[in-house]
Amino acid sequence: MSYIAKPKVSHPGMPKNRLGLTARDYEGTVSTLCAGCGHDSVTAAIIQAVFELGIEPHMLGKMSGIGCSSKTPAYFVSEAHGFNSVHGRMPSVTTGASAANRTLTYLGVSGDGDSLSIGVGQFVHAIRRNLNMCYVIENNGVYGLTKGQFSASADIGSKAKKGPANNQEPIDPVSTALSLGATYIARGFSGDKEQLVPLLKGALVHKGFALVDIVSPCVTFNDHEGSTKSYAHTRQFYHHVIDIDYIPPSKEILASYAEGEAMPVKLHDGSSIVLHKVDMDYDSSSRASAFAYLRERFNAGEITTGLLYIDESRGEMHELMGNVDKPLSQLPLEGLHPGNDELKKLQNRYR
Amino acid sequence: MATVNDVVIKIATVNGTGSASANGLLMKSIFRMGIPVVGKNYFPSNIQGLPTWYEIRVTGAGYQSRANRVDVMVAMNAQTYARDMAEVESGGWLIYDSTWPRNKLLDRSDITVIGIPFSRLCNESFDGARARILMKNIAYVGAVAALLDIDLDVITGLLEETFAAKAHLIDSNMQAIRLGFDYATAHTTCPLPMRVEKLDATGNNIVIDGNTAAGLGCMYAGATVGAWYPITPSTSLMDAFRYFCGRYRVDPETGKNTYAVIQAEDELAAIGMVLGAAWNGARSFTPTSGPGISLMSEFIGFAYYAEIPTVIFNVQRTGPSTGMPTRTQQCDLLSCAYASHGDTKHVLLFPSDPSECFHMAVKAFDMAERLQTPVIVMSDLDIGMNDWMVPELEWDESYVPDRGKVLSAKDLEGMDKFYRYLDVDGDGIPYRTLPGVHPKGSYFTRGSGHTKFGGYTEDSAAYQDVVDRLLVKWETARSILPKPEIQYAKFNKAGIITIGSGHGACLEALDQLAEDDIGLNYCRIRAFPFSEEVSEFIEQHDIVYVVEQNRDGQLRTLLINDIDADQRKLVSLLHYDGMPIYAGFISDRIKDEIAKGRAA
Repeated sequence: MSYIAKPKVSHPGMPKNRLGLTARDYEGTVSTLCAGCGHDSVTAAIIQAVFELGIEPHMLGKMSGIGCSSKTPAYFVSEAHGFNSVHGRMPSVTTGASAANRTLTYLGVSGDGDSLSIGVGQFVHAIRRNLNMCYVIENNGVYGLTKGQFSASADIGSKAKKGPANNQEPIDPVSTALSLGATYIARGFSGDKEQLVPLLKGALVHKGFALVDIVSPCVTFNDHEGSTKSYAHTRQFYHHVIDIDYIPPSKEILASYAEGEAMPVKLHDGSSIVLHKVDMDYDSSSRASAFAYLRERFNAGEITTGLLYIDESRGEMHELMGNVDKPLSQLPLEGLHPGNDELKKLQNRYR
Repeated sequence: MATVNDVVIKIATVNGTGSASANGLLMKSIFRMGIPVVGKNYFPSNIQGLPTWYEIRVTGAGYQSRANRVDVMVAMNAQTYARDMAEVESGGWLIYDSTWPRNKLLDRSDITVIGIPFSRLCNESFDGARARILMKNIAYVGAVAALLDIDLDVITGLLEETFAAKAHLIDSNMQAIRLGFDYATAHTTCPLPMRVEKLDATGNNIVIDGNTAAGLGCMYAGATVGAWYPITPSTSLMDAFRYFCGRYRVDPETGKNTYAVIQAEDELAAIGMVLGAAWNGARSFTPTSGPGISLMSEFIGFAYYAEIPTVIFNVQRTGPSTGMPTRTQQCDLLSCAYASHGDTKHVLLFPSDPSECFHMAVKAFDMAERLQTPVIVMSDLDIGMNDWMVPELEWDESYVPDRGKVLSAKDLEGMDKFYRYLDVDGDGIPYRTLPGVHPKGSYFTRGSGHTKFGGYTEDSAAYQDVVDRLLVKWETARSILPKPEIQYAKFNKAGIITIGSGHGACLEALDQLAEDDIGLNYCRIRAFPFSEEVSEFIEQHDIVYVVEQNRDGQLRTLLINDIDADQRKLVSLLHYDGMPIYAGFISDRIKDEIAKGRAA
């Protein structure tokens, strides 16, 4: 059995969020992934982010496809609704779910196989629609469940555990999302929770498509010498470009920031993100310059992390479609048609 | 061949020249004279420049299928002149554009050829290439009106309605009508012996195509999410839904929509969107055709196993593979009944005409939500895209939607614990909850092995428990789905079974057989799994002719597989050349079988 309920261990001193819940209330079942898997660290970061935001568990939709990453929604927020769909198709299910009920928070967890190979079509089209969701890619460059084949994010020259090095161009989800117009683009590392949690919080609150690409090493099939997605390689080559603080709606931005170093961005719900530039050359509000910078660092073998692009101005899917504010699934059916008299009238054109 | 109100007119044109509106005008004029009509569009998979035909069967008797004959051919396309001429019944008429000389070798002595210089007449009267082409089409309507004795006042009335906002177009169109009408009257003895005459047989009827009716049905059913990928011949279904929603689903105060139509990147995504929306409690649907079903199959299996209400319209076209996208068949019965890997089977509904497309659209949502499973409405190109005369659609104001077993926040509040896949009522249908309604309602939706409590499992007994319970649900479906339409002629040992668009042809075939004193019983199946009545019908007869429009007898296979029907009794009558089935095909073959010694 790989379904093991986690015993609820709680003590009175644990911090509580705005709903009076503790982080324990946001846990799931026991992970069945390999010991040391990066995905488990991401799960922990998700738990913390959702807990700190104080999202009501049953108002969260946990969406996934197939693969190691897609198993993880079972490991966090047990009281949320989960939808573990088919391989590569999480974006379409989330699109339909959001179309029907725009009031839930949608958190999709995918992997590099799920999003960049079988599901690349759905990934890119969800971005085009500016689907209002947080889209996490747990990116390890390898297929875990089928035991170690390269994925489409494997870097050129990265060595497989058994066999030759990859010689095909990798798909970089960050620059792909940037070119397609995603409105919130971040990259993190499963081993850097301090950076990751605010990135996830911003992504969950952002109204529109928020990508969080997370380098999340596979300890079993891709953590060896010569792999560019190993813990050691990632630690050596990753750079913070822009770090963020997430400021909830109830808090004011107290610190004053020097011009050019930090920039507050207001989110739709009244909360803010404060961006701290680590690399002063970077401009996260221009798609063109962000793209040039990211490709240059990418070609140099660096792993750029942080909130790499944000645009709060573009409408999400429902706004682009002009839909009513109320969830479509909650509109009473009897009010959705004009009745028999109008039916009679409208048929005049068929006589 | 002097007949009244029994004539088939076929018009051969080039597609993209605007002939559709002329043909619609011609058909509607006859319909407005109170005479039943059948309109069939035989068109290429192309936008401009290829041959296309429109066929109007004038049938005072009110038959619904095509006649498989042509009495009057309007040959406006030089490209197809030879085959158009060959198609005319002996004793029939052919009208052609005599502006250009015709090859004498193509003459047929047994038909009457009528030359009308449409191009020359229009070139003399109208300016501009486009206007001349369009008006040439209207001119042949005038000529046919003269030849068949169609009431010019009716045509004028129609034009006035069509161009209410553009008065100058009424005048120019009427001018073109008169060009054809006057020339035909001056040069031919009008009307022909085959003509039309006012009748009172269309009261309370409309002429509509099935896709429009289905789109309208989805709007009335309260569908709020439609996701699709364009594919012939289903596209006009979503066009219709969008049109009606644009008219009736815009909040007057805010100007915002109470519906979402999402054009997906492919059918894989379209069905995923439908599942996501249905999971969240919206009535959602996707229209598609055979190739789309192939792509959707994985998710259809998911919806079956995870038990998500899913409504799909399959407007079938000719397969296999890309096949003939603009020709009709009933060739996806098996691929829909058993779509997806593993043990899966799905509810199918078989509308027989546009009216039933409207009503079955509503039924499909009720059944999908009641049964928490995919329901596929098996229309086809013939129903979906051709013009059918059907009784005016009526909406039952007392209709109460069946939303199935959905627990409310109040229900959940009073519950100890909710489990998603328990068979509480013994009908195989579990209770479900909608995300966001109540903390106690949460569960995990998955296509992987799960227990009746909703948890992941690889345990044999727990797995089997759930898939066995799905069979209980299947039997519940059998008992609540629409019953077959059965009619008994007299006591005899032979019957006909059909589905969908075969209905009209079968009814007409029964009349043809009755003329030879052959009385067969008849059963039109309306849903799969098959109800008890279908089993009884087969048991009552020694021979059952299974009439369907595919090569492999897929309906027959389903009958054998689903209700263990005695296959020795089931004789296939298969029509699968891509054209809609017609009565003579059925009656001739049944007569052949009887001649060979089969029971009647």
